Amino acid sequence: MAVTALRVPGRSWRLPRPSTALAAVLLVLLLACVLFPGAVAGASPTETDPVNALQGPSAAHWFGTDQLGRDTFARVVHGARPSLLIGLGATAIAVAAGAVVGLAAALGGRVVDAVLMRTADVLMSLPELLLALFIVTVAGQGTVNVMVAVAIAAVPAYARLVRAETMVVRGSGYVEAATVLGLPRFTVVLRHVLPNAVGPLLVLGTVGFGTALINASGLSFLGLGAQPPSPEWGAMLSEGRNFLDTAWWIAVFPGAALTLAVVTVNILGSRARHRLSGRTAR
Amino acid sequence: MTSETTAVPPAGSTAAPAAAPAAGAATAAGDQAGRIARRGAARLARAVAARVAAVAVVLFGAATVAFAGLQALPGDPVATLLGPQTTASPAVREQIRDEYGFDRPVVVQYVDYLDDLVHLRLGESYQLRRPVWDLIADQFGPTAQLAFAALGLALVLSVTAAVLTAGRRGVLRSAARAWELAAVSVPGFWLGIALLTVFSFHLRWFPVAGSGGAGTLVLPAVTLALPVSAVLAQVLRESMEAALDEPFALSARARGLSRTAVRIRHVLRHAALPLATLSGWLTGTLLGGTVLVEKVFARPGVGALTLQAVETKDMPVVMGVVLLAALCFAVISQLVDVLYRVADPRLRKG
Repeated sequence: MAVTALRVPGRSWRLPRPSTALAAVLLVLLLACVLFPGAVAGASPTETDPVNALQGPSAAHWFGTDQLGRDTFARVVHGARPSLLIGLGATAIAVAAGAVVGLAAALGGRVVDAVLMRTADVLMSLPELLLALFIVTVAGQGTVNVMVAVAIAAVPAYARLVRAETMVVRGSGYVEAATVLGLPRFTVVLRHVLPNAVGPLLVLGTVGFGTALINASGLSFLGLGAQPPSPEWGAMLSEGRNFLDTAWWIAVFPGAALTLAVVTVNILGSRARHRLSGRTAR
Repeated sequence: MTSETTAVPPAGSTAAPAAAPAAGAATAAGDQAGRIARRGAARLARAVAARVAAVAVVLFGAATVAFAGLQALPGDPVATLLGPQTTASPAVREQIRDEYGFDRPVVVQYVDYLDDLVHLRLGESYQLRRPVWDLIADQFGPTAQLAFAALGLALVLSVTAAVLTAGRRGVLRSAARAWELAAVSVPGFWLGIALLTVFSFHLRWFPVAGSGGAGTLVLPAVTLALPVSAVLAQVLRESMEAALDEPFALSARARGLSRTAVRIRHVLRHAALPLATLSGWLTGTLLGGTVLVEKVFARPGVGALTLQAVETKDMPVVMGVVLLAALCFAVISQLVDVLYRVADPRLRKG
């Protein structure tokens, strides 16, 4: 792909690739929906209007109305916050727990390493969604439990990564120097070992965020997470599924929003990976 | 595997009758051939045993994790067993507790559980009061059908896409990449709903739900296959592009093969190997995906059984499905490992 370079004295500019530009626009849209849903959508996501139930997309209701006459566009916009926050929360928990487990495995001695990593092997032999289902069975249903279940299912992958990155620098000169200088073990780990893993962890976390979004809304779609009055996208899909023959728009639009959110995350993830591996954009 | 390289003691050599000296060199040679064959058989038996052991270790781990989960289950298992609307007297509760062995120490329960597993007893469903083994066996057919149909479709799609677009630039490749980005990002349950809306409710090409006949299999299989095919195509294209740069691709082309023939007969075979490393991910995605796809299309199957069990906290069924998933994963990764060695002679030495 030809790259147009615009030279401005002092710095060089490159036109972004179309996919990056698309991701940037979508990201701004998503952030607007998360931060100011009321400003993006004029209508209320919960106000019912039985007279105008099940109306198709129109100028007044861009995405139509649902079985209670609620504006689907407003619901999709207001659904951005709960949908994205569950995924974000799950990813944050998974990355943090993965970092702790990975560090413990790499630095805690042979027995700790064996126990943690063999457990991770077993958990990784199970499909993430099935593992999350298992955890929801044990812990119970609900938004928070779904978030934690999705997080736990993702922990082994992060733990493996952090362990591998830690192993690389464990015996290096600068870690040894920091130890010899008398820094506490905790400080050495936090300041000199962990930063080494931050780059790869961010890349994996971006890709994992997309998976977490899909898994969390999948569990809500199955009726185990956010419950129907909430405009969470998975729950909306679950509700709209009953009206596919008469009102396709109730289920199709929230799913499209979810897909666009994951597309955004995946483009950003692939950009981050390229940047980390030192390859420049073509 | 290091054990294979060590000398094998000729276990069967004592059983072989000592050849009469008069028989001469011919018998000696035959004896040696037999010994080599026996040595090969012993080596094969040990290789198989090692693989079976690896599967058993994964199953043991999964069983332990599942058992730990059962122990972590809050509340009284008897209450879960009886369901919310129960009027059972304390005496009946005590009897159930005794029958299921909930009153014994955890270690005893764990050992008992492992013993049951070794004898292929998975326990009985709390809700349906039938052996878990029977429940899963009943539902396995439709799910296996769905998973294999999706796998086949995904392989055809990804190989076609990779062969057509590897190493090429231009519109076709850009379109393929955009398509793959969309297919990787789309949640399977929404894809299923979108396909249902278009092809079942509007065009009426396919039935809306059910599992009888080939027509009902098309949309679920497509739903499951599309995201998988996108990932496979990406990996396949990357490794095909690496293989196209190899000298053998140039020499095959120099021998007069067409571009397409080089791709299909030489490069594809070479590039298929990295695909095998994805088999674990593939198994998990197909199995996990069936839960959602079976829900969307109201199909019977292991996924539907799992969901029902999760909703009613029917722990023995959930544990059985977890073990089944671990078994599939372990068996498939061992099979792929064997195929890997068959396909790539470099791996057979050592």
